Amino acid sequence: MSYNIDEKGYYGEFGGAYIPEMLYPNIEELRQNYMKISEDPSFKKEFNQLLKDYVGRPSPLYFAKRLSEKYNTKIYLKREDLNHTGAHKVNNTIGQILLAKKLGKSRIIAETGAGQHGVATATVCALMGIECVVYMGEVDIARQAPNVARMKMLGAKVVPALSGSRTLKDATNEAMRDWINNPVDTHYIVGSVVGPHPYPDMVARFQAVVSEEIKWQLKEKEGTENPDYLIACVGGGSNAAGTYYHYLDNMDVKIIAVEAAGKGIDTGESAATSVLGKEGIIHGSKTLLMQTKDGQITEPYSISAGLDYPGVGPMHANLYKTGRAEFIAITDDEAMTAGLELSQLEGIIPAIETSHAFAVFEYKTFNPEDIIVVNLSGRGDKDLQNYIDYFKL
Amino acid sequence: MNRIQKKLQENKKLLSIYFTAGYPNIDDTVTTIQNLENSGVDMIEIGLPFSDPLADGPTIQASSTQALKNGMTSELLFKQLKDIRDTVKIPLIIMGYFNPILQFGVEAFCKTCQDIGIDGLIIPDLPVDVYHSEYKSIFESYGLINIFLITPQTSDDRIRYIDSVSNGFIYMVSSASTTGAKSGFGPEQDAYFKRIAKMDLKNPQIVGFGISNFKTFKHATTHAKGAIIGSAFIKHVTHNGINTIDQFTNSIIHETI
Repeated sequence: MSYNIDEKGYYGEFGGAYIPEMLYPNIEELRQNYMKISEDPSFKKEFNQLLKDYVGRPSPLYFAKRLSEKYNTKIYLKREDLNHTGAHKVNNTIGQILLAKKLGKSRIIAETGAGQHGVATATVCALMGIECVVYMGEVDIARQAPNVARMKMLGAKVVPALSGSRTLKDATNEAMRDWINNPVDTHYIVGSVVGPHPYPDMVARFQAVVSEEIKWQLKEKEGTENPDYLIACVGGGSNAAGTYYHYLDNMDVKIIAVEAAGKGIDTGESAATSVLGKEGIIHGSKTLLMQTKDGQITEPYSISAGLDYPGVGPMHANLYKTGRAEFIAITDDEAMTAGLELSQLEGIIPAIETSHAFAVFEYKTFNPEDIIVVNLSGRGDKDLQNYIDYFKL
Repeated sequence: MNRIQKKLQENKKLLSIYFTAGYPNIDDTVTTIQNLENSGVDMIEIGLPFSDPLADGPTIQASSTQALKNGMTSELLFKQLKDIRDTVKIPLIIMGYFNPILQFGVEAFCKTCQDIGIDGLIIPDLPVDVYHSEYKSIFESYGLINIFLITPQTSDDRIRYIDSVSNGFIYMVSSASTTGAKSGFGPEQDAYFKRIAKMDLKNPQIVGFGISNFKTFKHATTHAKGAIIGSAFIKHVTHNGINTIDQFTNSIIHETI
């Protein structure tokens, strides 16, 4: 049994492409071409070159000595925060912009929540000189002003999503509607391992560079490719998919997925999709999602704008359902405390999304000889105001 | 024979109207259907509102959001429609996104539809291949006709496949767009209408998207069996309520100045 995608576009019972006929030609074009293009040697060469020279890969695998001492175990940090634009998101946007070029597309659209994927998309569009339109919920635009300014400075047009709850899920709806209205010249760069097949697989493959590097970096440092545990935070789940990718079917490696519990699982203000979600369809994918009994999609809550997505990628839904991964829900307070601790023990201020992953060390006890790799998926610059407000700095 | 199939055999161009259940007011559903039938409409699509209607433009989105705020659910809609066949004879189709139907239970949903006298379903985000392999037998065992969409971008091969799976009509989306985005037709649509007409499909076609008045209705039905109006009707009830529906229908069927 494999935990990776099958030939029909499903992870177990999750995935598929539940899309209106209007999107069928776009999705079918991608499905038929994404592997052919991304496996082509000339594509790989250009992709790897840009990851090296422009993004700054490989990102270091850093042994966190003081954090390890505190929790009496061996903790390595995969430093995706050191990538250009400050997070793992750019691995995917580099891949997709090259793909869009090969498909002859002249216009890019994207959705964004906190603005990280929007910035990563605007960045690669500037790099390639391609028109860029980013949909962002009106509510998010108001609370993420610095990233809105970044996108504009990079030449992107930021369009407010005014429908529904005016946040990430609605920005995604608007991007899909744009694609319905512009089916020929436009490519939609989805930012996470969500959406209709082939997006979850395509984004996971572009993010898989993370686990590919972990393998040889850990071999150099510990003499083994296999950590005992991999830990990553999960919103839609792209940094987690990249972290797990090459280890999915390697049962010697345990997988921990960290979700945002918000103010607590039972408070009604949470984004812990695995616990609170039910099987259904969101943005063209069959997966776990937060919804009412009647099947209306509900609005999640987390202090981190990057984790408050009401669904989760189908790969992760399957990891949850099969028990392959252990899912842990971390509250706002636990995450903020862990973020402050990492800052003061290691001199690294993490994104609040990432802080959730570090809160696992208070939650769960590891053995002294365990080797643990945490994906440090993003840096905290964008969250400074939140940290300031929370800790009254 | 299903009411839809019977209606399609009538020697006339059919007018089908979409409205959102529970909009503008939660208790408007039944009266809207009755007024539509009395005004001369041939077929009705009852919109089951969804929080995230991907294929819809701003007008239908806003009506869905309001209907949900008003308290509309699948269960309530079925309750409202319980005795609809006491008064209404024309074909009734429920149009809704797949997730609420999935949560209700596909089989339970189909069974309830049959009990009430619903004739067909339009589920834009249930792909034809998934329907074919997983749900076709359920729909058919409850006498429901499932309607599929085609667009100007749909390939001939896929249109043939959709035609082979369909047993009512084909919903012909007039342009690459969300609902209510474009008004009227240009040369591109004409070419598309003619292309489809020439394919001589087993199922008749009914055109939707971009129809809002007598002129566009006439244009759309030159080559097709009928036409569907959604956003323009929603706009009418938004401004005028549901008591002047006959005026709306008249403005579509008859040429006015």
